Amino acid sequence: MNRIEIRDESCKGCQYCLIFCPRELLQIDKSRINVLGYNPARFVDNPEKPCLGCALCAEICPDALIEVYRKKKGAVKANVRTPNT
Amino acid sequence: MALTKVFTRPDSLRDINFHFCPGCHHGTAHRLICEAIDYYGIRERTIGIPGVGCGVFLYNYFDLDVCEAPHGRAPAVATGFKRVLPQNIIFTYQGDGDLGSIGMSEVIHTANRGENITVFFINNSVYGMTGGQMAPTTLLGQRTTTTPYGRDFRTEGYPIRMAEMLAPLEGVAFAARVSLHTPTQVKKARKAVLRALDIQIKNMGFSFVEFLCACPTNWGLSPRQCIEKIDGEMLQSFPLGTYKNRQDS
Repeated sequence: MNRIEIRDESCKGCQYCLIFCPRELLQIDKSRINVLGYNPARFVDNPEKPCLGCALCAEICPDALIEVYRKKKGAVKANVRTPNT
Repeated sequence: MALTKVFTRPDSLRDINFHFCPGCHHGTAHRLICEAIDYYGIRERTIGIPGVGCGVFLYNYFDLDVCEAPHGRAPAVATGFKRVLPQNIIFTYQGDGDLGSIGMSEVIHTANRGENITVFFINNSVYGMTGGQMAPTTLLGQRTTTTPYGRDFRTEGYPIRMAEMLAPLEGVAFAARVSLHTPTQVKKARKAVLRALDIQIKNMGFSFVEFLCACPTNWGLSPRQCIEKIDGEMLQSFPLGTYKNRQDS
């Protein structure tokens, strides 16, 4: 149910998101090369081990290419906040 | 159940591809600073001052006013801005060659005067943009293009620790070293960036945040190996922590 979106045309294939995904749902897409010339990361959800929406991949992505969507439940602890001024 | 977007690119960060190499942590540092600017709602009155290095193209990526400074002189330019425009939020963004080498005197005296600015220091232990020469922060034994046999303390000295060096100065209100190599450390780094800008908003003095970053190209390692190198070698030479956090204003 939770999911992420990767802007894969800007992905440089550094694999940081692969290293830190606790469910190992990310992989390098060897079948295509993006406009920058890299094999981009790809999100493949696994129904048995679904995405947690933990946003660790988005947190580590050096190019800020990952958006995380989560079922709204409890406090949202991520970077989307309203400015307090 | 409807899905909520919980993580996205901050508004202050323009929708442009970074020119950084794969695995470089400059982009993470950019994002954290933009998130903090959005959090405090200070985008309209913030001025960024990048030094010279890979971070020099900050004006392409940050959707705010930016003034370029000559090599190492970003804290001096920031001092001028802050004195003329005291209501504005001024930060500098400098690498280790820029701040630790050529701009050492500027940053020390700016910190000692207690200028109310924020300095973000990117420490990747090498000169990134100019081709991987030895920086003052290069680790002992690290091979660079100017230390092909590894840095030797007998001829090149020891890696310099800026956060520890600046913390004892009276004018410094906040000095911290954070790392960007794991999501946990990125979250800690976000807190440090928020605190550093908070100090400036409250006019409490000079704030300084040092980021430990990877430079896969000039280290000659894959991004995965870079994380291991930061986790092992680099954290031994550069211990993380908050070295000063003034509470009173």
